[in-house]
Amino acid sequence: MSSTTLAPSPREISTEPRRSDKVFRGVVTGGGLSSLVILGLIALFLAYRGYEVLRQEGIGFITKAEWAITTDDAGNVLESHFGLSAMLVGTILCSFVAVVIALPVSVFSALFLNFYAPEWMKRILVTIIDMMAAFPSILFGIWGFLVLMPSVEYWGKLINKYMGWIPLFEVKPYFFTRSPFIAGVVLAIMIIPIITSISREIFAQAPLDRIQAAFALGATRWAMIKAVVIPHGRSGVIGGAMLGLGRAMGETVAVYTVLNIVFQINWHVLLGAGGNVASLIILKFGEASPYEIKALMAAGLVLFLLTLIVNALANLIVKTTGKSGR
Amino acid sequence: MTLTAIPTKPWAKSSSDRVRDLVFAILSMAITYLIVAVTPMKGKLAYAILLFFSYAAITGGYSFVTRGAPAAKDAVVKSLVAIGAVFTILPIASIIFTVLKNGLPGIHLSLFTTDMSLATPTDPIATGGLLHAITGTLTMVILALIMSVPIGILTALYLTEINGKFSGPIRFLVQAMSGVPSIVAGLFILSAVLYPITKAYSGLMGSLALTILMIPTIARTSEEVLRLIPNDLREAGTALGGTQWRTVAMIVLPAARSGLMTAVILGIARIAGETAPILLLTGGGDKVNPNAFNGPMGSLPYYIWKSFNAGSPEALTRAWAGLLVLMLLVLVLFVLARALSTRKVSK
Repeated sequence: MSSTTLAPSPREISTEPRRSDKVFRGVVTGGGLSSLVILGLIALFLAYRGYEVLRQEGIGFITKAEWAITTDDAGNVLESHFGLSAMLVGTILCSFVAVVIALPVSVFSALFLNFYAPEWMKRILVTIIDMMAAFPSILFGIWGFLVLMPSVEYWGKLINKYMGWIPLFEVKPYFFTRSPFIAGVVLAIMIIPIITSISREIFAQAPLDRIQAAFALGATRWAMIKAVVIPHGRSGVIGGAMLGLGRAMGETVAVYTVLNIVFQINWHVLLGAGGNVASLIILKFGEASPYEIKALMAAGLVLFLLTLIVNALANLIVKTTGKSGR
Repeated sequence: MTLTAIPTKPWAKSSSDRVRDLVFAILSMAITYLIVAVTPMKGKLAYAILLFFSYAAITGGYSFVTRGAPAAKDAVVKSLVAIGAVFTILPIASIIFTVLKNGLPGIHLSLFTTDMSLATPTDPIATGGLLHAITGTLTMVILALIMSVPIGILTALYLTEINGKFSGPIRFLVQAMSGVPSIVAGLFILSAVLYPITKAYSGLMGSLALTILMIPTIARTSEEVLRLIPNDLREAGTALGGTQWRTVAMIVLPAARSGLMTAVILGIARIAGETAPILLLTGGGDKVNPNAFNGPMGSLPYYIWKSFNAGSPEALTRAWAGLLVLMLLVLVLFVLARALSTRKVSK
């Protein structure tokens, strides 16, 4: 007779994740890496399709202004010149006009929302501004073309009349319709909500103790803003403006409806002849031959890299100010 | 007889202050009117600018006399920031007003029951409708949702739940992705899918491009929502012996449900009116096409674009009516998102 009791073997304790957790972590990490994969694929495919044109044109793709292709009846390419410089200059010009107009307006309205508006008004205005940021660009484009353009053209004439001696505002020949200035105003209206909401968030992070200290020392509201809020938020606002710049550079439909695209470098803001990389793609896509499509792909690659760089810089600036909070 | 102390609010405006503000406002309007009447400056622009300058001058001057230079500066800045807010709100008011004014004449019942297969944009408004565009937009949005919601939420989960060594770079890349121009997304699908594989326009191509544009919106909003879920809930799940997978699936995600809905709705609002990739990829048919995998598919932005470019007054009315429908769609989605997000952590 033997009574042996089976002692239960002790359970093994480990920090090893279970299989379900391993799968879970794998899937989530895979999903998380998708943004990397997508961005990589975009660059890869656009470069692959545009490679032929980029190799043929070389650096001239960025420095020349001509965009022409001649084919024989069978569709073979006889001669082609693709240069983006006029479009790049136009893109930069339009988006800088937009930022120059939008930045003061946004900063002022962000200050108003944070430090001047009563609570109920602030809540309503913030909702409206956020909503405006979600409006589709075609709405801004058509509204800009039919409603805004006549007034802006008139403003352009006024600026030319009184400040035409500045080379930037020169208009020769006397033609104001569909100028980069008009596109810039439409873009400004589109990016004001973006810059406003970023500036508002940055200003709201201004240290409360210093604000109260400024008031306790007898500062007026403006003196407080100048001494506390602006030094704290300056670089964040610059980052927000650059985010707006990136958005303005990539905008397509709204610009296309209000801009007259001309393949000639034009620095005169008010003259009705501009360029825009994104609009060029929409303009030429309809009747483009396969070879020209490749050139458009290369143009898309240039636009992609340009916006990527601007956005990356902007995010870097916004992030560092959000953390440091001097 | 008891004495009750009445609390005073020295910062509140007294009635004499209100009268003074009113007088200043009327005075500045009067000055503006006078200057416009006397000098050659004319038009709405002159009124707006002069009103601003005269109001700033009057309040600034008054403050300077009563309280000195710093107060004067404060008063001028006050009118400056107010004008900034007005300039921010003015365009949206104008947009909503014009779309309502021009779009309402084009709205009629058959707009929602017929398509444009038997009509051209220049026909009288009563013929043809938006049905193909609405169904097309819905189909594409749903397809884009099926693809982008899992990826977006997984990205957000990686950033909040796993928070591994790639978190920094991935957050950066998601930010960068939200800045990708819509036309570039369209070109990418064109070069990577349409030319080598399908070789034909279809709704699926459009929704692929929309997916790319939608992922960052969903990922960023979901990340913010998941961050709001208190850590206690996660710890409670682990303390009860749940694996991380069970904790996330049974506790964190259900708790964040309404916030995630907000993220999805904001994503839809972002892409519903996206035009550039739609122009490149869908082909924009005039007939109701329920099959997103085959044949050109109409959509609201394409319909608006086509009508706008057709040029005749009827076509323009069609475009405005389409814009009105699109704007209402975005507005409804936005209000819905707001209503859901006011209670971010539910149950």
